[in-house]
Amino acid sequence: MVVIAEGLAGKKIVITGATGFVGTALVERLLRGVPDCELVLLVRDGRRTAAARRTERELLSNDAFDRLRSDLGKEGFSEMCARRVTTIAGDVSSDGLGLDEAARAVFATVDVVIHSAATVSFDSPLDQAVEINLLGPTRIASLCAELDITPHLVAVSTCYVAGNRRGTAPEQLVSDGPFDIGLDWRNEVTSARRLKGDTEAESRRPERLAEFRKRARAELGAAGAPALAAKTEQLRNRWVRDQLVAAGRARAASVGWPDAYAFTKALGEQALTESRGQVPVSIVRPSIIESAWAEPRPGWIRGFRMAEPVILSYARGLLKEFPGVPEGTIDVIPVDMVVAAIVAVAAAGPDDAPPITQVASGGINPLRYRALVDNVSSWFTAHPLYDNEGQPIIVPEWSFPGRGRVQTQLTRAKAVITRAESALQSLPLRGRQAELAANLETRRMEVERALEYVELYGLYTECEAIYQVDNLLSLWDRLPENDQRDFAFDPRLVDWPTYINEIHLPSIIEHARVKTTPGRAKTTDRTARLRRQVLDPARQVAAFDLENTLIASNVVANYSWLATRRLDRGERLRYVARTLAEAPSLLRLDRRDRTDFLRHFYRRYENAPIEQIEEDVAAMMTHLVLTKSFPEGIRRVREHRAAGHRTILITGALNFNVAGLRPLFDEIVAAEMSVRHDGTLSGEMTTVPPTGEARAQLLADYCEAEGFRMEECVAYADSSSDLPLFEAVGFPVAVNPETRLAAIARKRGWLVEHWAKAPGGPRPLLPIAPFGDERLRRGGR
Amino acid sequence: MPRPGFVLDVDRSTPPMLFWHGERFSLERLPADRSRVIYPAEPLPGLADPDAAIRQALLQPLDMEPLPSLLHAGMRLTICFDDASLSLPKMRRPDSRQRIIEAVLDMAAEAGVDDVHIIAALGLHRRMHDYELRHVLGDRIFDAFHPSGALYQHDAEDHANLVVLGETDHGEVLEINRRVAESDLVVYANVNQVAMDGGWKSLVTGVASYRCLSHHHNPESLQNTRSLMDRHHSALHHSIWRMGAVLRDSGPKVFQIESTINNDAFPSPFDFLSKREWEWTGRDRATFLATSKALDRTPRRLARRIFHSIEAPYAMTSVQAGFTETVHERTLEHVHAQHIVPVEGQTDILTMGIPFISPYNPESIMNPVLVMCMGLGYLFNMYRGRPLVREGGVVIMTHPTTKEFHPVHHPSYIDFFDEVLADTTDPAEMSQRWERKYAEDEWYRHLYRTGNAYHGVHPFYAWYWGAHGQQWAGRVIIVGGDPATVRRLGFTPASTMDDAFELASEVVGRSPTITHLHVPSVLVADVH
Repeated sequence: MVVIAEGLAGKKIVITGATGFVGTALVERLLRGVPDCELVLLVRDGRRTAAARRTERELLSNDAFDRLRSDLGKEGFSEMCARRVTTIAGDVSSDGLGLDEAARAVFATVDVVIHSAATVSFDSPLDQAVEINLLGPTRIASLCAELDITPHLVAVSTCYVAGNRRGTAPEQLVSDGPFDIGLDWRNEVTSARRLKGDTEAESRRPERLAEFRKRARAELGAAGAPALAAKTEQLRNRWVRDQLVAAGRARAASVGWPDAYAFTKALGEQALTESRGQVPVSIVRPSIIESAWAEPRPGWIRGFRMAEPVILSYARGLLKEFPGVPEGTIDVIPVDMVVAAIVAVAAAGPDDAPPITQVASGGINPLRYRALVDNVSSWFTAHPLYDNEGQPIIVPEWSFPGRGRVQTQLTRAKAVITRAESALQSLPLRGRQAELAANLETRRMEVERALEYVELYGLYTECEAIYQVDNLLSLWDRLPENDQRDFAFDPRLVDWPTYINEIHLPSIIEHARVKTTPGRAKTTDRTARLRRQVLDPARQVAAFDLENTLIASNVVANYSWLATRRLDRGERLRYVARTLAEAPSLLRLDRRDRTDFLRHFYRRYENAPIEQIEEDVAAMMTHLVLTKSFPEGIRRVREHRAAGHRTILITGALNFNVAGLRPLFDEIVAAEMSVRHDGTLSGEMTTVPPTGEARAQLLADYCEAEGFRMEECVAYADSSSDLPLFEAVGFPVAVNPETRLAAIARKRGWLVEHWAKAPGGPRPLLPIAPFGDERLRRGGR
Repeated sequence: MPRPGFVLDVDRSTPPMLFWHGERFSLERLPADRSRVIYPAEPLPGLADPDAAIRQALLQPLDMEPLPSLLHAGMRLTICFDDASLSLPKMRRPDSRQRIIEAVLDMAAEAGVDDVHIIAALGLHRRMHDYELRHVLGDRIFDAFHPSGALYQHDAEDHANLVVLGETDHGEVLEINRRVAESDLVVYANVNQVAMDGGWKSLVTGVASYRCLSHHHNPESLQNTRSLMDRHHSALHHSIWRMGAVLRDSGPKVFQIESTINNDAFPSPFDFLSKREWEWTGRDRATFLATSKALDRTPRRLARRIFHSIEAPYAMTSVQAGFTETVHERTLEHVHAQHIVPVEGQTDILTMGIPFISPYNPESIMNPVLVMCMGLGYLFNMYRGRPLVREGGVVIMTHPTTKEFHPVHHPSYIDFFDEVLADTTDPAEMSQRWERKYAEDEWYRHLYRTGNAYHGVHPFYAWYWGAHGQQWAGRVIIVGGDPATVRRLGFTPASTMDDAFELASEVVGRSPTITHLHVPSVLVADVH
């Protein structure tokens, strides 16, 4: 007889992976169901958050604890946590678990270690999977040896360590079974580490780096050196990761496992068994863990597991087919049963617990693939998701195709979309058309994801192994009745149609925040909310770019207007012809480096009498600037002022050209040109206009000088070259974004505004001054 | 002898009627036996020698000494003139104002006056472009006065150059242009196209400040202005005349010159516009068809440019000068002679075609706010006695009414449409909640003063202009307008005239009487 409360009474239990899906449920169940035990949580320090803070934020605030919180009251719950839960900072991927002296001292006093930390993602890079899944358990065992303690180590593994095989998979080590091919885990560790090093080296080869840089430039445009560098490095890291993911998948497949996860877990079991020394070990192997059957409440789930993305893609109409054998078994097990089994194994103690316990449903209460699909499709027919137009999405008929066919279809779809996308990317699009391209990108990412699901999970749906659960059932039989009630883990208790229709699907739909009601999408609500945030009086500064953000014009148009104002008809024609001929080279220069372009272009103002320019600029304000302005943009500037924000214009235009906008802004940062003694312009800039990352710096300096905070700044700009600025402020607003920026803005959830010229205004064909003021042409003054 | 205006009863043989539809036209058949059409009078003959008539008026003014005897060397003379809101369409050169001001300047030169300022009395309207000043005043005046800065435009926001002349017994403050107030003589050159213009209104609105204008340009006054064309029953004009008395008693000496023009608003290619449909010749029909089809195929932007370039062959029908009040009474006689059409009784439905132009969009686009202003403000007010439509009746207009605005001329209109009309269409409410914010807005002030924008508060005034009509009509329907925009104005969109009649039947029953106000040209219905 195993009595759980007795078995764990007064025990100190270390739990790794407490912030994960199983870990959360485990901590909750122990706190609620085993009142007399103490928990030590081994949690990694986050990048910004200390381990203890992570316990608070990522674990104890989870809705799994709602039940406890309401039972004990808020205070009572905190009091209990303070009394029974200790957090130590540590990391299973480093030797000695990265514990400091104090943590080691705590660790030295424990009775049970439940190791549930793992990288469960099926597409982890090989090196990471090796460090965590393979070496993690071994490191715990070595630490115990080092500290000279022998706690009961309960290691959570997976049924899929059995690999790709048909027939029954017993509760024994793979290396003890008939299909062992004699892999040495140490060799795998060495090779994975070497591969990581090689890949890192390969990624730094000049050709590779040039390629990353090129791609970064293509993605960002002229965003300035620091942004480009950051992006390049990001691309390099991603490349390394992708290589290692592919390597993991390939290595696993080559030796008979569906993926790197199962492969490294299998070797991990082997390594642990070999290196455990005096530490008693029990292994618990769940199959596919899904939402809770009953505890802490039916349907409780944390994060997205394996089946959810597939089910949601199907419900969204994205995944029309998914490979699988209709009569195949899909081995799902609710998380609360896994947790109950772990607790029971721990309570049974090193002597009574089976060495390996599989927690799976396939052998005794199988869920057939066809039954799953039928239930899912009828459920979504009754409760459809809705698209952005508010129309219900009809779920497709499932045809149980082979994996190859689905992959081919998706690959083809991806190719088409990618081609269309790159075509659109290369067009000079802005505003709504650019959003189209961004939509296409979203679409491509969806297809890519679907393709990944098929590649990764397809194997699981085709898996025909049956996991034996003899040890599990014998443990079950040894439980007293009240423990069987409170710690139910008998897979036969699950009624699959009830589980799918009433527990799992409603739960994941709730979690996925998908549209489940008809009517138009609430994107406008989102925009309205972002607008309110942007105009909130708590904001302090609103910085605006000028060209294409507030005005559909540019420095060349300004110059042309001024240059032609006093020309006669023939001279005008010649001017227009000359400028058109120069346009391509100007454009090229502008694309390469904005500052160089401005310096080069502004030479043209040399020798212009400043007095005449100032007079002409006033006329230009009406004829060019206002005509081409975006009234909503101008209104926004004024709304910011009304809200008490400082408004700043940051532009590459010459200061006299934007003088007419003065009343809108508290501060105008523009290019300035020196004036000679004879009252003519020198053509040389005394203040170089800030571009790219210099704008971010400028705003930061301004904020510092004026005592404002960048997090309370709003920045409006139209181009991806303003990314550094966008990233520096708290509230970026992309105005009429070009394709690249539209895509970025969408990903980051930035406010996007589509501002247009007033449709009733005049639309001159060319930005040249109106022909007809005789007095001016005669030479004026 | 030109034929007077008259009322045609529509029967089965009556051809379809011409409606303006912005920059286009449409022909609409009105239901027989219960519809009538009010036609304006044909153009009265012009003066044979306008320049001689002007000289005559200046030498023999009404209730004042002849102009030459008011002029002497060393004096400060200020000449004010109506801005681009008059006439519509713009007058073929030479404009009456050019003729008048040249005559005045000649006399001033003879008298040795050298301190002369010429000021465009634009009130809160937009500043005129140089080419508009040149068109109205002629090259000679423009080139002589503009470069030296002696020809300029009134600035209602230049507070250093505004002075308070006094208060009326109703507590209305008269605040006007300093130069005008401090002149020895102010001459005002008017073009009196409709009965609303002229009299004390010329100076009291043309060179006043926002503060001064807000005493009468407000919802209450305009709801009690019955009508704008009948100053004796207009709260707006009463207030202006009270201010006029202050100006008369404590202001500079004013020499008012008013000139009237006839109804000859469109040059020959558009003859069919002013003809009566059943009198159209084969040639008229052909021109109409050709013009109308061509316009349907012309982009609106281009059509707008064509229409705004039209110069009207107006002829001057009278000119009188002297003491403002006497002059204005004489002017009204002449205006009425051209405009008044006697009409028997009111009607259930009033139909009107809204043209491409209103006083507030010369060289620009008729935006939705101005459509309201033109329909319910101007055309609805073309009556004396009682409105053409009965109280609670229906007004049907035809206009494309798209959400388009001119960014240079009408910046505050854009925000007014998006912000204010989204909140309320009620003049009193908007006046309370929004008017001050727009009137005192720094950016609008900047654009009004340095650019060519109407004053920030102007869209409110345009809206108040229709306040009486809005209050009076039970429903307003716009045929062929953009539905969302029309709804924002508080009106009902209809796609065809038949739909409009159908919608109107909910308000006025199944067989209402219909009256169509034939535009162009201008007429004032004298409703008994």
